[in-house]
Amino acid sequence: MSRDGAHLSSLDLPVSYIGRSVARPNALRLLAGRGTYVDDVKASRVLHAAFVRNPYAHAKIVAIDVSRAQAIEGVVCVATAEDLKPFCTPWVGVLSHFAGLRSQPQGPLAEGVSFWQGEPVVAVVATSRHIAEDALSEIDVTFEELEPTVDMDAALAPDATPIHAALGNNIAFERRIDVGAVDAGFADAAVVVERDFSFARHTGVSLEPRSILAEFNPADRQLVIHHSSQAPQMMARIAAKHFGLPEHDVRVICKDVGGSFGVKIHIYPDEMAAIALSIKLGRAVKFVADRLESFVSDIHAREHRVRGRLGLSKDGDIVALEIDDRTGIGPYSMYPRTSAVEANQVMNITGGPYRIANYRARARVAFQNKVPTSQYRAVGHPIACAVTEGLIEAAGRKLGIDPFVLRARNVIPDNAYPTVNAIGLKFEGLSHETCLSKLKALMNYDELRRLQARKRAEGVYLGVGIGVFIEITSPGPEFYGVGGAPISAQDGCSVRLDPGGNVVCHTGTTEQGQGTDTIIAQVVASAVGVSLDRVRVVSGDTQAAPYGGGTWASRGAGIGGEAAYQAGFKLKDGVLRLAGIFLQSDPDKLDIADNSIIDRASREPRIPLSELSRIAHFRQDELPKGVSPDLVATHHYTPRNYPFAFTNGVQGSLVEVDVETGFVKLLKHWVVEDCGTPINPLLIEEQVRGGVVQGLGGALYEECLYDERGQLLNGSLAGYLLPMAGEMPDIEIDHAVTPTREGALGAKGAGEAGVAAAPAAVMNAINDALNPFGAEITTMPMTPERILRALGKIN
Amino acid sequence: MSQTPISLIVNGARVSALVEPRLTLADFLRQNLDLTGVHLGCEHGVCGACTMLLNGDIVRGCCVLAVQAHGGEVTTIEGADGDALTRALQSAFHERNALQCGFCSPAMVLTARALLQENPHPTREEIRDHLSGNYCRCTGYQAIVDAVETVSRQLEGAPA
Repeated sequence: MSRDGAHLSSLDLPVSYIGRSVARPNALRLLAGRGTYVDDVKASRVLHAAFVRNPYAHAKIVAIDVSRAQAIEGVVCVATAEDLKPFCTPWVGVLSHFAGLRSQPQGPLAEGVSFWQGEPVVAVVATSRHIAEDALSEIDVTFEELEPTVDMDAALAPDATPIHAALGNNIAFERRIDVGAVDAGFADAAVVVERDFSFARHTGVSLEPRSILAEFNPADRQLVIHHSSQAPQMMARIAAKHFGLPEHDVRVICKDVGGSFGVKIHIYPDEMAAIALSIKLGRAVKFVADRLESFVSDIHAREHRVRGRLGLSKDGDIVALEIDDRTGIGPYSMYPRTSAVEANQVMNITGGPYRIANYRARARVAFQNKVPTSQYRAVGHPIACAVTEGLIEAAGRKLGIDPFVLRARNVIPDNAYPTVNAIGLKFEGLSHETCLSKLKALMNYDELRRLQARKRAEGVYLGVGIGVFIEITSPGPEFYGVGGAPISAQDGCSVRLDPGGNVVCHTGTTEQGQGTDTIIAQVVASAVGVSLDRVRVVSGDTQAAPYGGGTWASRGAGIGGEAAYQAGFKLKDGVLRLAGIFLQSDPDKLDIADNSIIDRASREPRIPLSELSRIAHFRQDELPKGVSPDLVATHHYTPRNYPFAFTNGVQGSLVEVDVETGFVKLLKHWVVEDCGTPINPLLIEEQVRGGVVQGLGGALYEECLYDERGQLLNGSLAGYLLPMAGEMPDIEIDHAVTPTREGALGAKGAGEAGVAAAPAAVMNAINDALNPFGAEITTMPMTPERILRALGKIN
Repeated sequence: MSQTPISLIVNGARVSALVEPRLTLADFLRQNLDLTGVHLGCEHGVCGACTMLLNGDIVRGCCVLAVQAHGGEVTTIEGADGDALTRALQSAFHERNALQCGFCSPAMVLTARALLQENPHPTREEIRDHLSGNYCRCTGYQAIVDAVETVSRQLEGAPA
């Protein structure tokens, strides 16, 4: 029996943890330094892998001499592409529903030609990482450097040499949207603004680097992979496929994962090499990327150039929007999620909060000789949002309309849902108007404007900016599975009553610190009627958990949470049936609350859950013959009514720009977001803040700098700037609540929201500060140098 | 490679070992002593995840060689969590959700502890400044600053 949200009452959930800010039970362990990340896992006779990586952006591999390396004591194996072929079949990162998307086969090690600086070419396995790295310097690889294609526009030029000759040109994917009457819309517009936006490549920098420990046991042909991963079930299926093993002989275990942000959801050649070597050698093989190789092997993201054009009537109504998006994705589309999704989402999300009948978009996705790019947190959102909000801000300045007023005039109003926009996106329920008015109050906007005017008189340039966003969460099966990828949109949860009357819960969603295990526990405790300390959540083991997609696209609460909720109700039903038999009562007249079976009407305790469970487990003689207690329940959930659970919100930023140095001081940041039913506001808020800080990193600091030969110039934490505590502002958060009716819980996702609009808000704030000088910046990161250039102070 | 004898106190216990001169203190603690609360996020002295105490000062374990710690005294999170200040910080971090993945957290706690020992009542700006050598990629730092501020208020003699 599943519970429909509409039928829930306080009688069903007399004590609910849903909506309560409880601390994460698993966090104390991490604070004590007692976490278990992959590099902490012990295996016997473990070997360590290290890789010779291509030092050029594009090079022919002429010869490889491994003889000296092989002679080093402690070196167990040196392998080239040829050596691993018998163990691992190649992969191609395409999805069938992305019409025209192309890539080329990839394997664990480069063969013949290597296409990016950092691509693994030779693997060494030794008894220690030190010895493996010593051996790297004894391997002679003769490379012949080939002409690299670095810049995305050079790659897209008609006369560009194709990186992959077999593909004929460098276009990996191209898509167009043209709805309504765009040309007529622009012709009628009173005001048209046009801007070029540029977004730098950046990368996820999970503090725990990518890590894998593969252990193939030749005796029973079982492969166990300890993996720092977001999607263990996906990894198990892919490993089974490419290593030719039955799926049930592959087990992937993710204990603690030290941050992921989308980095740890892709198939990486070096990790596949570690698995291949474990199978080849029949030994445990560990590979932990060091930070320098992370920079040239973890996915990059966000390298886009977008020309945007927005037309408005004289009253400020949007009449047409057009974007042209180009992006460079490196030499391959990543497997299995591909590298076309980011551009696709830029096209889909741009203009998304607004009523826009006439929209035209084009995206071109280019191959180039840089690190492959793919899905990084809030895929496409910050780009789409910065383009949309940057254009609206520019239009508002031209029309002399206040940013809040102009947005309120154009957003899809709160009473218009459910609705479908011009390009067919289905919105179940959003709250743009509510969020805008809440943000205005939260920021004390009118007072900020007065403060800004006073400060300007003193020669201090404050800027105020806002950014409205929509956020894709909880994707349904139309997203990946339909394209042929082994990526599950459903998620499952099993709950079981243990002999002590506690609830053990296995979930297919995974924990990277965002608090999934905690919210699953809150949901299950609420559904069953037990206290939170009676629930233990186990996640991240493919042979223990029911099948599920894992963690991506903010699906943990909306999909994993709903599965857990319904599993909890199923368990409760089973327990009450048993209690009815034992107490000789109608189960409908019983309930569970506070760890006891109670009388539903009087709320009087009848028997402790622990006592009932003891009898069920050890004293079957006290039960009638033929009674089979249902003390384990499983539920799988897939959202089917909407392809995504869209969420929304708006962010505000207050900055001070030093117009002499170009330095930006972030004074304050505000977010109003609506993720539906909030399960745990404490966790949501820090998740949003963490997202904001990642968004601010991309807006102000983070950039993978390449030279014209395709060499990454700043591939270390000394050269690649991350946001630090000292430069980040306090971030104030408020909520609007529009639950989804897709599931009973009403929860949507919250993981992308912070990233989505932070760059837009801070860009608009900086441009607001620069407005007295007639200066504007649309290139990220907005470094002091670029700001001074915008001000015309340097060339 | 030749090995060098070292002897040091780690978390209150005498440890003697033969180590390669190139072995970092962080690797020594992780590999030889299973002190896996020491985390390696960059191995070039920037991220701060390997922060530990050497002779009472916070240091980056990835930038100190094990042989340099000879004769010294090392404390990691595994040895520090006996003291009241560390426990107060761990508790405040927990209550305030001042961590997500936890990879930076042991080092963040040790760094915050050093600040409060030096300056029991720092301003938020001083807390932010002091923690700027420790990257956290998950949280927005604000909860961490809040947690340190909370413990600061709990310390004896805190202004009302």
